[in-house]
Amino acid sequence: MAFDKMELRDIEVWDGNFAAAQAMRQCQIDVVAAYPITPSTPIVEGYAKFLADNYVEGEFVMVESEHAAMSGCIGAAAAGGRVATATSSQGFALMVETLYQASGMRLPIVLNVVNRALAAPLNVNGDHSDMYLGRDSGWIQFDAYCPQDAYDLNFIAFKVAEDHDVRLPAMVHQDGFMTSHTAQGVKTLTDDQGYNFVGDFKPMNDMLDFEHPVTHGVQTEEDWHFEHKARQHNDLMTKVLPKIQTAFDEFEKLSGRKYNIVEEYDMADADVAVVCMGTSVETAREVATEMRAKGIKAGVVGIRVIRPFPFEQIKAALKDVKAIAALDRSSPNGAPGMLFNEIAGALFNTDTKALLSGYVYGLGGRDLTKAHLTDLFTELQANVDAGKVTTPLQQFIGVRGPKLSFL
Amino acid sequence: MSEMKKIKNLKEFSTSADRFEGANLLCPGCAHSIIVREVLNATNDDLVLSASTGCLEVCTAVYPYTSWDASWIHIGFENGSTAVAGAEAMHKALARKGRLKQPDRNPKFVSFAGDGASYDIGFQWISGCMERGHNIMHVVLDNEVYANTGGQRSSSTPIGSSSTTAPAGRVSYGEKQNKKDMVSIMASHGIPYSAQVAPNKWKDMVKKIQHGFAVDGPVFINAVSPCTTEWKFDPKDTMYLSDLSTDSLVFPLYEIIDGHELNITYRPKNVVPVEEYLAAQGRFKHLFKDEYKHLIKEWQDRVDANWAYLNRREEARV
Repeated sequence: MAFDKMELRDIEVWDGNFAAAQAMRQCQIDVVAAYPITPSTPIVEGYAKFLADNYVEGEFVMVESEHAAMSGCIGAAAAGGRVATATSSQGFALMVETLYQASGMRLPIVLNVVNRALAAPLNVNGDHSDMYLGRDSGWIQFDAYCPQDAYDLNFIAFKVAEDHDVRLPAMVHQDGFMTSHTAQGVKTLTDDQGYNFVGDFKPMNDMLDFEHPVTHGVQTEEDWHFEHKARQHNDLMTKVLPKIQTAFDEFEKLSGRKYNIVEEYDMADADVAVVCMGTSVETAREVATEMRAKGIKAGVVGIRVIRPFPFEQIKAALKDVKAIAALDRSSPNGAPGMLFNEIAGALFNTDTKALLSGYVYGLGGRDLTKAHLTDLFTELQANVDAGKVTTPLQQFIGVRGPKLSFL
Repeated sequence: MSEMKKIKNLKEFSTSADRFEGANLLCPGCAHSIIVREVLNATNDDLVLSASTGCLEVCTAVYPYTSWDASWIHIGFENGSTAVAGAEAMHKALARKGRLKQPDRNPKFVSFAGDGASYDIGFQWISGCMERGHNIMHVVLDNEVYANTGGQRSSSTPIGSSSTTAPAGRVSYGEKQNKKDMVSIMASHGIPYSAQVAPNKWKDMVKKIQHGFAVDGPVFINAVSPCTTEWKFDPKDTMYLSDLSTDSLVFPLYEIIDGHELNITYRPKNVVPVEEYLAAQGRFKHLFKDEYKHLIKEWQDRVDANWAYLNRREEARV
C-alpha cells in the first residue's frame, strides 16, 4: 500500500470527532465529499489532514454545500468505492433530499452525524432533532454514547452497509459537543485489524465497469414505485438487524468490546426503566445504580440501533417492567416524542401492563443532570405504587418558566 | 489528453452504434435526443453520464427500461453535475490505488441538464464543480423554459415569451427579464473551455465537444434545444427553428477558451431578421399585436448589440 500506517497506542485520548476520523482513516475511504458544519467539522478536517500526511489514500472533494456533499458521495459510491462524510443539524437538513436518493439507490455510504439542534432559534449544541429528521430516509442508524462507540460503530457501519445482501447507507450518530468534543480514553485497533475487519470494498453495479453499463436512479411511477419502496423497507426490516448482530459478534471477538442492538442495564429484575439514547444513557445508568441503593429497582434501556427500529429487542427488554419513561431529546412539535411513540408502538399488542410516560429533555444542549434522572425514577416508582400515571403523560425536563406539560 | 476523434459524416452518425437508444419517450421533434446523440457521437471513449431531473431524465430511464447503453445516474433536479464529479473523483482515487477494473480505458464524464437545472436550481452545484476543476463536461439542453413541469419560466426564458408563470395577457407581454448569460458566467470561473452549440450545426458541435473532451478540467456547453411543446411549433420544424436561432444570431455560436479568449465559430452568410425567428413560434405570437410591436425592434437591437459585443471581444483577443 502506498500510504503510511499509523502507530496507535492501545488507548488513545480522543474526542468523538477524532475517533470517527481515525476509524474512517483505518477503513481507507476512497472518496470523501464534505462541507464543514459545527460540531462535526473536525471529522472531515481529520480526514483532510490524514490525506495531507499520507496516512490515507483517496480523494477529498471539498464541495460547496452539504447537499452537494451527499450528491458527490452518491456519484462516488455509484462509481464503486468506499465513501463517507459527516454532517450536523442544518447541514443534515440540507442533505435530507439526497439521503433518500442514497438509500433508494442502495449505495453503502457511511455518514457520521454529530447531533445538533435545528434552527430557529439557531443553536450549535447537541440534541437529537437532526437524528429524528433522518429516521424515515431509509438509512441504517447507529447511536454512539461516547467516543469509544463513535470509533467502533464506524467499522460496524461500513461492514454492514457494504454487505451485498444489505447495500444500504448507514449513519453513526454521536451527541454534539458532549461526545464530539469531549476527550476520553479510546481503546484502538491497529490499522491492519481495523481495515481487515471491514475488508476490501467489493463493488456492485458500479459505473466504472464499462463492460457492464448500469442505469442508476431511474424513474418509476405507480406501476413500480411501490414495489421498490416495499422491497427496500422489507430488506431494512428483515436483513439488517441479523447482519448487525453478526458484525457485533465479530467485533467482540476482535476487540473484546460487546455491543447490543438494545443495550440493557440492570433490566433483569427492573420495576422501572428509562429508555434513552446518546450520552444520557451513561448518566441514566449511573443514576439507576444509585436508585437501586435506595430500594428502587431501576434499569436503563439504551437504543443502539435507531433504524431499523428493534421492536423485538425492545419488547423483550421491557416485558416485565411496571413503569417506563421514554426520553426524547428533540422537540416533538405537535405530537408525543418519537421514542415515546415507537416504544408505545412496540409494546402495543403485548401482554405488558407497563405505565408509559414521555419526557422531552436537553433541547439545544441543555444538560440532563443526575438530579433530573433521580426525580424521574422516583416519579416512575410513584406511578408503579399508584397503579397509574400520576403525572402528565408528556413532560419537559428542566425547562424554565411555567411548567409545560401535555396530554 | 485523448486523441481527437475524426468527425463522423452524417451517414456514419446515423449508423454508429448508439449509446443513446432511439427508444425513448421524448416528444416527436424534441431536440434533446439530437443533441445528446451528437455529444456522444463525438467520442468513442467510455462514458459516465448523469442527467438532472428533467425531460431527458424522465423520458429515458423509466423502469424497467433504459435508453442508455453507458453508465448513467440521476439523483435530483439540481445535482447531476456533482454526481458526475463524485464519480470522477472515485475514478481518480481508484486509478491511484490500482483498483480500476479496466485501467486502460479513458472515460469521459458528462452531465446533462436543462436550463432550469442549470441556470436556476442547479446553478450552485455547477459553479462548485467548475471552481473545483473536475474533469467533467456539463451540457445544458437549453429550451429556455421548465418544459418538464409544463412550461414555467426559467432564468433562461427570453424577454417577451409567454410561459405559464409569466404568461402574456391583457396587460402583460409575458417574460420581463432578459435571458441569463450562462456561458459568460461559467467562463468567468476560468475554466478551460465553454461554448454555445446548436444541433443544426452538428460539425461545429462535435468539434467543440471533442475540444471539451480533450482539455483537462471542467467544460461548459450550452446547447439550444428547440422545444415543440413550449416554443409551439410543428415537430417537423425542429431543425428549421434551430437554423433560425443560429442564423438570426439570437443564439450565436462561439467558444471561450481559458475563461477569456472568445472565438465566434459560425457567421451566417445571410443573417435572418429576428422577427422571422419570433414569428415561427407560438410563444411570441402576442408580440405581433400592435401594442407590443415595438418589442420586436427592441429584440433586434438587443441581438445586434450582443453580436457587436461578441465581435469586439473576439477582435480584442484578451
